Amino acid sequence: MKSHPKSYVISKRIDNFSLRVYEAYIFTRRFFMEIFGGGFEFQELIKQCFEIGYKSLPLISLTGFITGMVFTKQSRPSLMEFGATSWLPSLVSIAIVRALAPLITSLISAGKVGSSIGAELASMRVTEQIDAMEVSAVNPFKFLIVTRVLATTITIPILSFYCAFVGLMGSFLDITLNEETNLQAYFQNAFEQITFLDIGSALIKAVAYGFTIGLVGCYKGYYANKGTQGVGEAANGAVVTSMFLIFLEEVAIVQVTNWFR
Amino acid sequence: MANHTTERESVITIRGLYKSFGDLHVLRDVNLDVYRGENVVVLGRSGTGKSVLIKIISGLLTPDKGSVKVLGQEVADLNDKQLRELRLKLGFLFQNSALYDSMTVGENLEFPLVRNVKNLSRGEINRKVAEVLDSVGLKKTLHQMPSELSGGQRKRIGIARTLILNPEIMLYDEPTAGLDPITCIEINKLINEVRSRYNTTSIIITHDLTCAKVTGDRILMLLEGRFLRQGTFEEVFDTNEEQVKNFYDYNFINPPSSSHTTHAITQ
Repeated sequence: MKSHPKSYVISKRIDNFSLRVYEAYIFTRRFFMEIFGGGFEFQELIKQCFEIGYKSLPLISLTGFITGMVFTKQSRPSLMEFGATSWLPSLVSIAIVRALAPLITSLISAGKVGSSIGAELASMRVTEQIDAMEVSAVNPFKFLIVTRVLATTITIPILSFYCAFVGLMGSFLDITLNEETNLQAYFQNAFEQITFLDIGSALIKAVAYGFTIGLVGCYKGYYANKGTQGVGEAANGAVVTSMFLIFLEEVAIVQVTNWFR
Repeated sequence: MANHTTERESVITIRGLYKSFGDLHVLRDVNLDVYRGENVVVLGRSGTGKSVLIKIISGLLTPDKGSVKVLGQEVADLNDKQLRELRLKLGFLFQNSALYDSMTVGENLEFPLVRNVKNLSRGEINRKVAEVLDSVGLKKTLHQMPSELSGGQRKRIGIARTLILNPEIMLYDEPTAGLDPITCIEINKLINEVRSRYNTTSIIITHDLTCAKVTGDRILMLLEGRFLRQGTFEEVFDTNEEQVKNFYDYNFINPPSSSHTTHAITQ
């Protein structure tokens, strides 16, 4: 077999990467065009919100609760050294609301929801179900992509705030087992340090992560090929790419919000 | 080719069609006229571009070169809206039926209907669904999931899903592939019933000669990206051409060196 020079291989890879970026741009642009194009699939959106949101509740609840509890347990010894255990609710709430809840929710959703969207659409692609929609004069992009991306963009912020609440409850449980406090005092203490900017930035993060998870999952699934291997690749690619983008977005949003503090 | 077809209206006209995938040249200078009301069968071995041809006709694939006119419209020149309007007049049965596996049979059938025909009442939708299910003889499967159906039933539901929009042209991609001989006979019969009941023009892609003989008014033999022969079933196989003879003989499990092809047909 003919081997190509290294420079050719590198150039080919850059070409492929540029092509993927361009495809992703076209895909994103089409998403925004289709939202406002009329003929909205409202029922499918509700169904997807239920599938993505409601069915993720048990996992988010468990993870959020344990994170809140463990974070409190881990922070206590350090604060005890300074006799500052009364700061625990504030510390935990800042960490959970500002950073942990959106990040944990989105990483779990990238694994659970992103992979499932990628695999489902890829499977529909390889079994020609998407082609079948097209030839029956139905717009598959509107039915499959717009609804799923909107559903993740709507439900992940809700799940994120729910995760924050459950995390705070986990933290409260640990604090009540070790110190004398009540729920009202705990929440009063917890929210004393939380500002509108914290909630706003958490919301922006969750919306951005939700949009990313939906869009990447759909993109990977919609353009899947190579039969069953393509289904696996789409599911895997959806998780890896969306997690990578989530971390990039985290850094960018934290940097921007810090300018306003 | 039979002369009487040339006097009729051509609903699909293909001229100088080329399609390649990388270095693989699938279609090379394909020319075809499909006339209103006829069943045209495209025969050929796997990988000769039969399915590519009907995917180009339906606008799922774009040709590299050439003209494809469906109902007088150049498919490549249509915008999204015009293509959707054209597709309302096309029915496409996919090789594996391509039923939406997250929906019941009933939901599969009403899916294109409710999105393309506005202001239908629930009663009208149910009546239309029952009507097409009845026409394929599967009334009892309304609430079943596609995974609960047999291969033959899936094909029938696939046909019913296309019929719900009353198409003018039916494109069948390997309608009998993977089915047992009895079910193949039923599907062939159904294809002919669809034509007489819905007045459709059809292109049937197959490598099953029984299907070709039973359903086709005109047979086209696609080999190496070109139509090698065309005519009635008997005309196509009345030849000493090696590739055509082999195709016939292998289909009927005869060794290539056995009886003469035309003799076998006559028998």
